[in-house]
Amino acid sequence: MEKYVVLKKKDFNDFIAKLALMQTVVAPVKKGKKSFAFQEVTTGKEIALQYIPTILPPKKYFMPQQETIMKFNKAKFEWTPVLEYNEITIFGVHTCDLAGIQCLNMVFTNKPKDINYIVRKDKITIIGFECNAYCDEFASCAAMDNHIPNGGYDLFFTELNDSFIIHVNTLMGEKIIEEISLFSKANDDNLKELEELRTKKREIFKNELNTKHSDLKAVFENSFNSKVWKDIGAKCVACGNCTNVCPTCYCFDIKDEMNLDFNTGSRIRVWDSCQNEDFAKVAGGESFREERANRQKHRYMRKFNYPVDKFSRYFCTGCGRCTRTCMAQIKLKETVNALAEEKK
Amino acid sequence: MIQVPLKESEYIVKKGTIIRAKKMTALEKFFEISLAGSEVLDHEPGQFVMISIPGIGEAPISVSSSPTTKRSSFELVVRNSGILTKALHNLEAGDVVGIRGPFGHGFPTNILEGNDLLFVAGGLGIVPLRSLINFVIDNRRDYGKVNILLGCKTPRDMLFGDEVKQWEERLDVNFQCTVDRSDPDWKGNVGLITSLIPGVNLDIARTFAIVVGPPIMYKFVIAELLKKNIPERQILLSLERHMKCGVGKCGHCQIGEHYCCQDGPVYSYDQIKGKHEAL
Repeated sequence: MEKYVVLKKKDFNDFIAKLALMQTVVAPVKKGKKSFAFQEVTTGKEIALQYIPTILPPKKYFMPQQETIMKFNKAKFEWTPVLEYNEITIFGVHTCDLAGIQCLNMVFTNKPKDINYIVRKDKITIIGFECNAYCDEFASCAAMDNHIPNGGYDLFFTELNDSFIIHVNTLMGEKIIEEISLFSKANDDNLKELEELRTKKREIFKNELNTKHSDLKAVFENSFNSKVWKDIGAKCVACGNCTNVCPTCYCFDIKDEMNLDFNTGSRIRVWDSCQNEDFAKVAGGESFREERANRQKHRYMRKFNYPVDKFSRYFCTGCGRCTRTCMAQIKLKETVNALAEEKK
Repeated sequence: MIQVPLKESEYIVKKGTIIRAKKMTALEKFFEISLAGSEVLDHEPGQFVMISIPGIGEAPISVSSSPTTKRSSFELVVRNSGILTKALHNLEAGDVVGIRGPFGHGFPTNILEGNDLLFVAGGLGIVPLRSLINFVIDNRRDYGKVNILLGCKTPRDMLFGDEVKQWEERLDVNFQCTVDRSDPDWKGNVGLITSLIPGVNLDIARTFAIVVGPPIMYKFVIAELLKKNIPERQILLSLERHMKCGVGKCGHCQIGEHYCCQDGPVYSYDQIKGKHEAL
């Protein structure tokens, strides 16, 4: 039987304070007029419950921007593989970002498995938070079927009129509920209110694209030679912002950093971007994606085409971050619609 | 941030000692490497390793020797073309390097058995192809006719001259070579490697063509092979990409839904035909 509990709104601050005593809590915090970021909090007051997707997705905790994977001692030729992690609770993860984490999980548990990622993921507790309305016009979460929770969390909060109703999804979630004794069992009225909210949501959230979810792959499969890519390539400045903020972009580079003793150092992996000119360059100087148009096309194919073959899933979550951050006003919804329009 | 040592990791490097190093041309250097504790690399022809120098970095390099030649060591040829390879060129016998691998799918030696083989090597392509050529020569009776076509820019760029001479002299190997630009001492063919293909006498149904060369070469060589009616599945290619991780994650070697480091680097032409950005 599914378990739901209720937290009174007046107890929210107390809940976060108690949670922060159990382990480090990170949550969305307002940074600017329309910008939010996940960062450490100790009280509920610091948290922006109504937030549009954060600048960087929670990916930064699962796959840090820079991570040491090995330490070395050159003189002794000793290498020690290492794992870096933090035991944290992420509070307030929207359904789009829960989907993003699910995508990353698929990638890093695919054989050969990435032990650094897998251990780190298991040290993170995830508390989701439902969007009752759209964040802004750039989201396409309904088109990607990520506007309703679909697992991937320990606890999931939905805001009702004067309380939060919480879905308890894992043993870890249950442990939190038990240890912080501010919760009461959800009654029929609470559950009814949740159901009404979801029904209302289905009216508010409508496919933001001109194409059905199941038809998106075909649109991209048939668009390799589309003129749309040329138009996007002409706008793109190859800054790589879109891939940095994407919750499912996971490409990386591996580099060595020498300490000042010129003997010991670290091998690190850092986020990389397929939008960089030399990303697909080989020793002879040939690049397989020299044109920006081809690099943008590659980015889109990696969201809507290739992962469906490999993981049976779209790797676009509909969060809208790439559109929000793009300096050249390349808009995901416009791109998809233009490609689909061409095929009609 | 908590940092703990790991017992297992895909990134662990093994200690490799350079037991022989030799400058081959202005740009290429040869290394024979043995792993610590007499460990055998246990590679298939066509696979690659990640080689590293602490503090400089890591790069993917094809294994050039056949596993049939020696078990205790393996050979690499490194072109000076980046930061890591430049540093490798400064190393000599006795120096140590880090080795990960072998990675990827090499040439399907069992599928090739009993068939005629047409090797087409352009430029540095001879480096990985040499592992298969020597494998076949060492198991010569398991294979049909063996044809080797070799192309290089100038006679001075030719790698493994002594070995090439032996292939040329063998009665059970048909060997032809061409250079793009001749020099006064050159007495052989001049022209692109594609010019050698029409003249080779092949039993099409049982011939596998194995092609390795710079990315630009493939389109032209494949066109010639298809003109000779070699079936697409009997054309094998090794694709060059700059792998950073070798374990199908970093994205640098991606071709469509494939990761070249795991699914390749060897593909049959029918696997990648029409695939965007593959060739």
